[in-house]
Amino acid sequence: MADEHGRKWDRCLADTAVKTVTGLGVGIMFSVLFFKRRTWPVSLGSGLGLGMGYANCQHDFRSPYLIHGRVVKDQ
Amino acid sequence: MLRACLRGANATARNNFGKTRLTNLQHCRHYTAGETSGGGAAKVVAAGLVTVGGGIGGTILYAKWDNKFRAAVENNVPYSDWLLGLALGPPSPKSGLPIKKQELAQPPSMMDKQTNVSKAKSEKKVKEAAESPASEMSPVPIQPAQSIEEASAEATHIISAISEVTSVPAPCDTEGAAVKEEYKDCHEHQDTSVTAAVHPDTESPTATEPLKERPVEEVAAILAQQDQEEQDIATSVSASLEESLTSSAKATLQAIGAQEAALQAITRHTLKLKEAMEAEVPPQEKSAQWKDLEAALADRTGAVNDAETALSKANEALDSLKSVIDKSKGLKVSAVRPLVLAAEENLHNMVVDLDKVVTKVHSAESEAKIVSQYSELVNEAKQQFQREVSSLTPEIQANWKGLTGKLSSDDLNALIAHAHRRIDQLNRELAEQRVREQIHIDAALEQQKLEDQKALEKAVSTALQHIKEEARLEQERKLSELREVMEAEMRTQLRRQAAAHTDHVRDVLKVQEQELRVDAEQVLSSKMLEQETRYRQLSQEQLDNFTLDMNTAYARLKGMEEAIDSHVVAEEEARKAHQLWLSVEALNYTLKTANADIPTVPLEGAAQAVRDSCHDSDFALALSSALPEESLHRGVYSEASLRARFNSLRSLARRVALIDESHNSLYQYFLSYLQAALLFEEKQEAPPAQLCSEDLDPFKLLSYASYCLEHGDLELAAKLVNQLRGEARRVVEDWLTEARLTLETRQVVSLLSAYANAVGLGTTQAP
Repeated sequence: MADEHGRKWDRCLADTAVKTVTGLGVGIMFSVLFFKRRTWPVSLGSGLGLGMGYANCQHDFRSPYLIHGRVVKDQ
Repeated sequence: MLRACLRGANATARNNFGKTRLTNLQHCRHYTAGETSGGGAAKVVAAGLVTVGGGIGGTILYAKWDNKFRAAVENNVPYSDWLLGLALGPPSPKSGLPIKKQELAQPPSMMDKQTNVSKAKSEKKVKEAAESPASEMSPVPIQPAQSIEEASAEATHIISAISEVTSVPAPCDTEGAAVKEEYKDCHEHQDTSVTAAVHPDTESPTATEPLKERPVEEVAAILAQQDQEEQDIATSVSASLEESLTSSAKATLQAIGAQEAALQAITRHTLKLKEAMEAEVPPQEKSAQWKDLEAALADRTGAVNDAETALSKANEALDSLKSVIDKSKGLKVSAVRPLVLAAEENLHNMVVDLDKVVTKVHSAESEAKIVSQYSELVNEAKQQFQREVSSLTPEIQANWKGLTGKLSSDDLNALIAHAHRRIDQLNRELAEQRVREQIHIDAALEQQKLEDQKALEKAVSTALQHIKEEARLEQERKLSELREVMEAEMRTQLRRQAAAHTDHVRDVLKVQEQELRVDAEQVLSSKMLEQETRYRQLSQEQLDNFTLDMNTAYARLKGMEEAIDSHVVAEEEARKAHQLWLSVEALNYTLKTANADIPTVPLEGAAQAVRDSCHDSDFALALSSALPEESLHRGVYSEASLRARFNSLRSLARRVALIDESHNSLYQYFLSYLQAALLFEEKQEAPPAQLCSEDLDPFKLLSYASYCLEHGDLELAAKLVNQLRGEARRVVEDWLTEARLTLETRQVVSLLSAYANAVGLGTTQAP
């Protein structure tokens, strides 16, 4: 269980890094292709990637506490 | 989050403003001129203010729309409840719950009322039920009590009556049988009065005992004598009555016969006379007729005389009968009464018949008298005529019808003239007679009336007498009948009384018998009991002594046997205990095979050995089966390994101390990490005896646990670690499970070893 924590962190960081870089890349691409080398798509993309990674990380850390409910139909 | 966003927005806004100022200035130049840097700062401030105001306004609007959001804001942001209250008013009250409460309040009140009503009803019913049985019970006991009282009163009455009656024998003027019965009852009464000394109502029965016995015998003798006399009298009277009846009957019959004969003779005579008077027959036959007539007359007289004598005889007989009847009546014996009655009736009948016949005879006689008078008159006239004719013509003979040829014409003329003169005379007489007819008829009628009256009176008197007699007889008969009925009734009543008395006597006897029997039985049973108990005592003593000796011998034998058996058993037990101890020691040894980070060997084998060696001990079996499965199959970790692990876990737990179910965002993680980095606590701290709420801080707990582990108290360390909450708890869960397992196994093993030691100690025999 203790290792799980460490593993989560590893996954999380890796995932975030990947997403950020991907976002960055996409942003660069968009900036270059469509937005006349503005900076804002880059920052947007990287921000998006970072955000997604953050959210994923948080969700992963919260996973044991999340309660998945199901609608039970009254019969 | 909101503040972060706001800050972020501000930051980005500022950044954007800062970054794009140079580019914007180019654009702005076209539109706006004279924009200064001071205006830029003011713009920024204004924009910031606008953003803030917009945020707050939006929050307020949303809070107005959504109450939950409002509550959340009020909870999280201080002074926001004041602001929101100022802007929106107090939060709307939740009206759902109070209504429910009211509803709940109402039905209970209704139910209470109902229960109260029902309780009242049930109480009433119970009361009524209690009362009615009580009332029913009370009349019912009253009624039996009353009836019992009545019955007892009746009984006392009867007893007193009987006791009084016993002193006087019943008077005997009626049938002998009834009297005999009463006498018997009297005798019985005497007996009961003799034997029933218990009854309080009897008056000194013992004193009157000798007195009463004698009169009874005398009375019996007298009664018997009386009976005999009566019977004799009855027989004699009946005999005499019979005699007189028969004689009178004979006489009456004779009389009646004679009268009848007389009657017939009279009638014949009168008939003949009539014939003789009226018929015109030749002279020879006439003389024959006259002779017959005389004969008949003679007959008649004779018959009449006979009848007279017979009548007189019958009267005599009847008189004698009457006298006999009167005499027997005077005797006053009831047995002869019906006989007397019958005799009287017969007498009456005979008298009646006799009178009838006598009246017939008298009527015939009167007729005959008339006819004879008439015949005498005729004869007289004839003789007168004859004398006249003879006086006129002396020479004519008696038989003048044959003289028609001898008479001369003068004689004939003289005869005719005489005849004419006679005729004239007769005519004159006739006229005279006719004149005196009425007077004579009247006189005759008067005479006849008188005679008729006399006869009528006589007849009436006789009829009256007869009727009186009949009535008297009827009355006598009815009286006798009534008397018989009364006699019968009296007999039945007496019989009933006798029956009641016999029943009572029977009951009393029964009761006495029972009492006596009970007494006798009691005495008998007590005596028997005594004897039996004495006998039993003696025999029991003997038996006891013998059994005592036997028991002592047997006990000693048993003791020896038991001692030997117990020795055997003890040795067996000792062996088993040794085996158990050995197996437990083996189990214990296996626990020590753990190395750092490697669990022990699986305890299955040792546990099996233990189980084999303790078949009969449930405790040991239970304990050996209480070993956790994991330890059996996988083995347990040693304390040292757990200790080492804990040290690494500690840092991790410190790092995630702030994380729990609600605080588990990455920001919280960051804060938690920061806390762990900045917070310093004792490496090891002794735990207090009692934990207070401050001690539940994870850092403190971890230091306590470390201390405990360092000092070898795994159990307390586990307990302390158990107090961690949230993510820290999740992180140390594994370690906790392992620690639990180890502790369990160690506990079981220690228990088993203690048990084995105890058993072993128990089986050692004292020297």
